[in-house]
Amino acid sequence: MKRFIYELTESWKIAFAQMQSNKTRSMLTALGVIIGIVAVTLMGTAISGIQTGFDKSMSILGDDVLYVSQFPWARVNDWWNYRDRREIKTEYAEPLNRMIAATPNSNLLLAVPTSNISKSVKRGDNQVTGIFVQGTTADYPLISVVDFNEGRFFNEVETRTAANVCLLGYDVADALFPSESPIGKEVQISGQQFRVLGVGARQGSFLGLFSLDSIVIVPLPTFKKFFSAKSESDVRVKVRDKLKLADAKDELTGLMRRVRALPPEKKNDFDINEQQAFKSTLDPVKNSIALAGLFITGLSLFVGAIGIMNITFVSVKERTKEIGTRKALGARRRTILLQFLIESTSICILGGLIGLTFAYAMCFAIATAFPSFPVQFSLGLVLIGMFVSVLTGLVSGFAPAWSASRLDPVTALRYE
Amino acid sequence: MLTTDTIRPRGPIVIDIENITKHYVMGEETVHALRGVTLQIHRNEYLAIMGPSGSGKSTLMNMLGCLDTPSSGRYEFNGKDVSAMNDDELATIRNHEIGFVFQTFNLLPRSTSLRNVELPLIYAGVDAETREERAAESLRAVGLGDRMQHKPNELSGGQRQRVAIARALVNNPSIILADEPTGNLDSKTGEEIMALLENLYQEGNTIILVTHEADIARHARRIVHLRDGLVESDATAEQPEIETLAFT
Repeated sequence: MKRFIYELTESWKIAFAQMQSNKTRSMLTALGVIIGIVAVTLMGTAISGIQTGFDKSMSILGDDVLYVSQFPWARVNDWWNYRDRREIKTEYAEPLNRMIAATPNSNLLLAVPTSNISKSVKRGDNQVTGIFVQGTTADYPLISVVDFNEGRFFNEVETRTAANVCLLGYDVADALFPSESPIGKEVQISGQQFRVLGVGARQGSFLGLFSLDSIVIVPLPTFKKFFSAKSESDVRVKVRDKLKLADAKDELTGLMRRVRALPPEKKNDFDINEQQAFKSTLDPVKNSIALAGLFITGLSLFVGAIGIMNITFVSVKERTKEIGTRKALGARRRTILLQFLIESTSICILGGLIGLTFAYAMCFAIATAFPSFPVQFSLGLVLIGMFVSVLTGLVSGFAPAWSASRLDPVTALRYE
Repeated sequence: MLTTDTIRPRGPIVIDIENITKHYVMGEETVHALRGVTLQIHRNEYLAIMGPSGSGKSTLMNMLGCLDTPSSGRYEFNGKDVSAMNDDELATIRNHEIGFVFQTFNLLPRSTSLRNVELPLIYAGVDAETREERAAESLRAVGLGDRMQHKPNELSGGQRQRVAIARALVNNPSIILADEPTGNLDSKTGEEIMALLENLYQEGNTIILVTHEADIARHARRIVHLRDGLVESDATAEQPEIETLAFT
């Protein structure tokens, strides 16, 4: 054991001496690993960034809210079975809430209807288009997290009287009121004046597809009065316990069948969606992106590993006589094997460290230049990067080190 | 002629070889390098193995140095049967029992004298402090106490061979096996190295010299001539009486 430790220390010293005396060669060889590690780490960063962005988007949907919609969120292959479905009406919320209240130990808490349409919003000469206008009730904050920069949500009275009031998403407020507070000011939607009650906090985008800040929320009766044509509606139902989501879903399905008065032999003509549906659609896509990305970047690391293997073979060849001398002086096979494994590994570790430094700098630069792009450089990534480097060194150094350890001392000593 | 003046009494048997053979298969042909050599070497002998090239001299040296194993025959080193040992067991024997001195010195080019001499001790599992102590002591013994931090390319040929001899000595081996130790040196430096080996012999070391030069072999007390893989002659200087020693 003691001997093994001395041999190990000796091997590290030799490895460093070798790198020092062959600086150019070592750096060129390490370059392969550097490129490989940078590629793999950046890919890993991007993948975990996508994951984080995805999770964040999912949390906006809420993991304790069921969405009663006309169509399923997940992609279906038999769309013809769905096309004749009736629209979801915002009025369903009322009977649903009545039935929830009447059910003892219901798994459901509260149903809130929403209606959506895309409109332009104007204020004076400023206009923003493609804004997601949403109509809902005063109960909306009870089922969804609504953060305000300033102001408040509309109340029961404003809802019932169909008041011309609205809430602006962060981006809308920013575009229309670049230098003043919008609270109490008026904006124009489809020629109607709306008084601004509040401004939402910045939320970012959903899966990078659409901004959650380009939104205007108005009371549902107001919405119906002005925008009901071509709007789409759903009913959102908050569940009591998100661990019993499946039970809640079953209960809600039953309630919806009663609301729609479906006879038992008829299939559901609506869908109950939850964030899980998105996940099951997007996970395979996400995973195959990750797999393809890691495979491609892994190739560059593989090329780097071949470089290491090559240079270690050269090193063994050049130092055949030295190997013979060491064997004559009492080095065992294990000693020689270890020595060359450590040489290849130390080049990889060097490459790994430099590669990680580059990767860190690049992540930092990307994060600074594009704050919205989700990059994450974690300690775990560093550990994985180093682990991969060491593994690369061991794997690529093994064949040459093995051949060195099996050299016949007589032949090796005679080698010129 | 053999020097008889300062011959020392020999000790117990270190190397006991009985009828060893070695053959190599080269393509279609089988080369018989050794055809049955029997030899006993005692502790504190100074022996030279001579012979023209192709005589099996190098092969015998590789056997004696435990770098290679015989095809047949018996080889005992300090009573241990070496002929059946595996690579790692042979490495241990080489490390503990044999000090090699090569014609081409075989020093590690980028290491200092001290580190070169330490090498066998690393493989023997000696701790760093003791290693350095013993390596320094060994270097002083060959007269290189002031060259410890020099690298081989900063030393003359003779000094390099001294470092190699210090390395051979450092683990207190049973035999010192010198293969043409003066082959790469000019004759004056060669003589200095031979004087050093003589000293080591006088201090009680066992020395086996492999050479084809009669002038070098002359320093030994016993000369074994090989020819065509067989021992041709084995001449030992007579054990002198203590009184004769005084007169000569």
